[in-house]
Amino acid sequence: MTRVFVGVLVSAIAVAAWFASTRFADASHTTSTAQGLAAWEQIYSVLTHPRCINCHTATNYPQQGDERRRHVANVVRGPEGKGVPGLNCAGCHQETNADSTGVPGGHNWHLAPLSMRWQDMHDQAFSSAEVCRALTDRSKNNNLDGPGILKHNEEESLVKWAWNPGRRPDGSARTLPPLTHEEFVAATRRWVDAGMPCPSGKGVVVWPLFD
Amino acid sequence: MVATAINRRGFLRVSFTAASGLLVSLYLERNALGQDAPKPPQQPKVFPPDAFVNIRPDGKIVIQVNRLEFGQGVQTALPMLLADEMDADWASVIGELAPAADVYKDPLFGFQFVGGSGSVAHSFQQYRELGAKTRAMLVAAAADRWNTTPDKCRAEASVVHGPNAQTATYAELAPDAARKPVPAKVNLKTPAEFRLVGQRIKRIDSRPKCNGSLKFGLDLDLPGMKVAVVAHPPVFGGRVKRIVDDEARRVEGVRDIFEIPLAKGTGVAVVADKFWPAKQARSRLKIDWDVTGVEQPDSAELWTRYRQLGQTPGNVAVNRGDANAIDKIAAANRIVAEYKFPFLAHAPMEPLNTTVRFDGVRAEAWAGSQFQTVDQIAIAEVLGLKPEQVTFHTEMAGGGFGRRAVTDSHIQREAAVIAKRLRGTPVKLVWTREDDVPGGYYRPMHFHRVEIGVGPDGLPVAWRHVIVGQSILSGTPFESLLVKNGVDQTATEGAADTPYNIPNMHLSVHHPKVNVPVLWWRSVGHTHNAFVMETLIDELATRAGINPISYRRRLLKPEAKKRLSTLELLDTASAKWRNSLPAGHALGVSCHECFGTGVACAVDVSIENKRPKIHRATVAVDCGIAVNPLTIESQFQAGLGFGLTQLVPKGAITLKNGMVEQRNFDGYTPPYIIDAPAAVDVHIVPSSEAPTGCGEPPVPVISPAVVNALARLTGKRYRMLPLTSL
Amino acid sequence: MATFRLTVNGERREVNVDPSTPLLWVLREDLKLTGTKFGCGISACGACTVHVGGVATRSCIVPISHIGDRPIVTIEAMAVDPVGRAVQDAWVAEDVVQCGYCQSGQIMSAVALLKSTPRPTEQNIEESMGGNLCRCGTYPRIRAAIKNASAQLPKGGA
Repeated sequence: MTRVFVGVLVSAIAVAAWFASTRFADASHTTSTAQGLAAWEQIYSVLTHPRCINCHTATNYPQQGDERRRHVANVVRGPEGKGVPGLNCAGCHQETNADSTGVPGGHNWHLAPLSMRWQDMHDQAFSSAEVCRALTDRSKNNNLDGPGILKHNEEESLVKWAWNPGRRPDGSARTLPPLTHEEFVAATRRWVDAGMPCPSGKGVVVWPLFD
Repeated sequence: MVATAINRRGFLRVSFTAASGLLVSLYLERNALGQDAPKPPQQPKVFPPDAFVNIRPDGKIVIQVNRLEFGQGVQTALPMLLADEMDADWASVIGELAPAADVYKDPLFGFQFVGGSGSVAHSFQQYRELGAKTRAMLVAAAADRWNTTPDKCRAEASVVHGPNAQTATYAELAPDAARKPVPAKVNLKTPAEFRLVGQRIKRIDSRPKCNGSLKFGLDLDLPGMKVAVVAHPPVFGGRVKRIVDDEARRVEGVRDIFEIPLAKGTGVAVVADKFWPAKQARSRLKIDWDVTGVEQPDSAELWTRYRQLGQTPGNVAVNRGDANAIDKIAAANRIVAEYKFPFLAHAPMEPLNTTVRFDGVRAEAWAGSQFQTVDQIAIAEVLGLKPEQVTFHTEMAGGGFGRRAVTDSHIQREAAVIAKRLRGTPVKLVWTREDDVPGGYYRPMHFHRVEIGVGPDGLPVAWRHVIVGQSILSGTPFESLLVKNGVDQTATEGAADTPYNIPNMHLSVHHPKVNVPVLWWRSVGHTHNAFVMETLIDELATRAGINPISYRRRLLKPEAKKRLSTLELLDTASAKWRNSLPAGHALGVSCHECFGTGVACAVDVSIENKRPKIHRATVAVDCGIAVNPLTIESQFQAGLGFGLTQLVPKGAITLKNGMVEQRNFDGYTPPYIIDAPAAVDVHIVPSSEAPTGCGEPPVPVISPAVVNALARLTGKRYRMLPLTSL
Repeated sequence: MATFRLTVNGERREVNVDPSTPLLWVLREDLKLTGTKFGCGISACGACTVHVGGVATRSCIVPISHIGDRPIVTIEAMAVDPVGRAVQDAWVAEDVVQCGYCQSGQIMSAVALLKSTPRPTEQNIEESMGGNLCRCGTYPRIRAAIKNASAQLPKGGA
């Protein structure tokens, strides 16, 4: 009985939040909020793919591999996300992939800042709502607006690396994100066009009214 | 790494016969039983200092070291002994690693090897005598020259002084001295006369190891040399069924690809001009392996099997008092504990390698070998030669920990087989890390089940213990010596011989046969037995409400002199920090003895990032005379770090469907700086007894000490290694 | 095969090798500089550490084709580098080495640390040296030697 009541309450709040976001959407956007949210889910699926999220950690280390294990050799974040003098990211990760040794490479290889972490301290990916909130928070995202994010997704070399991630030491190709880069950029464009709506979800407070 | 049982009962003599290959026979000295220090079965007919000492015209004194130097400092310690008795100028001493030869055999065991922490212990007398005899010959030569007598001369720092202020350097006297008869007997110095022994003498190989100039086996470069790698079967004992090598042969620099026999099964050798093409080509080989009839071990299955075996007694190692005493003790006063220890790889830093050249008549081999005699015989066998037709050079080695002492000489055999095919061209065989980690020859996995009956005073009155683990020595020439009544003593050492006063003790062992090659891993049986003993003793201490140092002192028999001396020293040396541990820190204590050396250890541990952080370790050591206290300090500081291989979360070799799951340091990850103690202070019990070794004794004490501290922090018992979670 | 012109320890060298060859093997086999060691081949152990363009680099995983004209400095050149010399002297003074196989890499990492941070904290040391494996376990003495070397360096670094 109590659970049913709470469930209804949650649903009501969720519907209200969605309604509110639709209500406050700028009517001049050609992409609807619903389409924008759908585009966001596509973006989220890329961001949480190992090729991206492995460097968007909450800890002082990056991850590697599809199983997202802690990076070999105890490399650490360092003050600027570029490692430390004895273990500098760019020391091993060159400008391009080194397929003969299985080490990925890209220009200015480094960790995303902690403000752009997309997982928690236990290496669990944040929810779609949490990542969206972080990405659109200009105090966290290097002060990027929608067009800035679109440009980042389209042109930033380390972003593009995810679609050309090179070969593992055993010669096999690293897995790619679920969208192509073009699809990813297109989804970003749609999402920005829709006003960068974020889903609600975790973060809605459910009062323990009973029990 | 060879058990101390040998010391007390007899010696090995290793010989080669065409009929039976390697033969190890036991020589029992008539009066061996009842003597403390057995004498070698026979003195060599000629005791030639010149095989050991070469005084060059420029004054440099080159001393041959009859052991592999692989970090333990023997290249410094043995020359120290010789140079001290010789009164040589230490600054002009050079140590060289002796090649394989009869004269360099271990005087106690009769073959050339390093292990069992026995280098200084076994060669202490030998190298001192060599030095004293050389000195005597130099002084005799000088006395001749000055028409006086040796007793009127004195020697100091490579110079002999005559009664009338005459002087002559050793370099000047050397040619005359060499013609002098070697004295049969010499007087050795009293400890008060030592100039070097007992001093903190820095290692002589330090600078070359710091500037890249020291060459290890892997650095060898010979004219025309080729490099080989071998594709090994994914399951031990697998055989090549089919090779598709067209892609491999297209790699530029590849010279030859062919099947070779291995110690077990067959593999494929790739020979190239350089390492990289060899490795590239190997990765492009497509090999079908035949594993029919080959057992395919699986860790999960093995644990089930081992645990089952561990529930019932096996071959009896100890049966003291009343074997059923424990059954008469109320359950509330019993502890039942089961332990699991995984396979461990040694993974020495330098990838294993051997270089061989065979011209059809003679062979030359270069290897950082712990087993020169055995390896020389093996290479000769493969090439159809007599051992003396194989010149075997001992190379400086990047770590070993027992991995370079293998009775089947499998790597040397691989190299010899390839060299045979390359007739005349030297070939360097390299085992990459991907060969090494899954390549076998591990510390065997073990299961222990212990039941303890606790008396009213909190001391154990009954101890029933079953150990399950492969026999390391079965199937080796050492079997007849150290496997008795179905008990491999290398599996029970550290438990069977425990000096804790336990009136009723029953210890038995099962040795399952498993298709995984196993080997001694630095401190061997002590690696797991000390862990079991020292964690259970600690648990008993906690139960009894007695502090861990006092409890051990109470429980140890008075004969356990070296444990008692180290506990006493540990007590005073660590008292200050032990009694002022910050919040969140806990003390862990352990005490053990192996290879004749007693060690007590106290650690200060907290938990950081879900891992044990060892802020500090204090170690007390009783090793008899401390020949070089600096080396001993280093051995213990570093050896603790090695011992932690047992605790780090990825410190385990596991098998699935017959194949080892770990390939390199990403899967089998040894301790890094963050895992090691931040600081270690070492205290040596002053002693004038014969020196005992320090190579292995550091290893068994650290893991139980850390885990004992963790138990205080979390209240949990850690009986499954490695520590994957706290 | 291709020709690569390199600057190694201040000298111009030319090699003709497969472009995929890691720098480590070019150094060891083509240039006969065996001071840089092979330990694992997957950048997990640090025995192969050199400096490329002034940055500590694990040479076992950098193909020669990726070097370009960046200068390469190996352990063999540390004796003539002020920081390198201080580190080597400290290593000897503190009797750090055991088997010694990892120490070329340890020293190269320590030099990189001290050139950037002449007065490193315990955490600095643990982080920069955190990926250099020593199977013998000489870590406590490595810590002491780095502090020793640091004390020898002029305050602003060398």
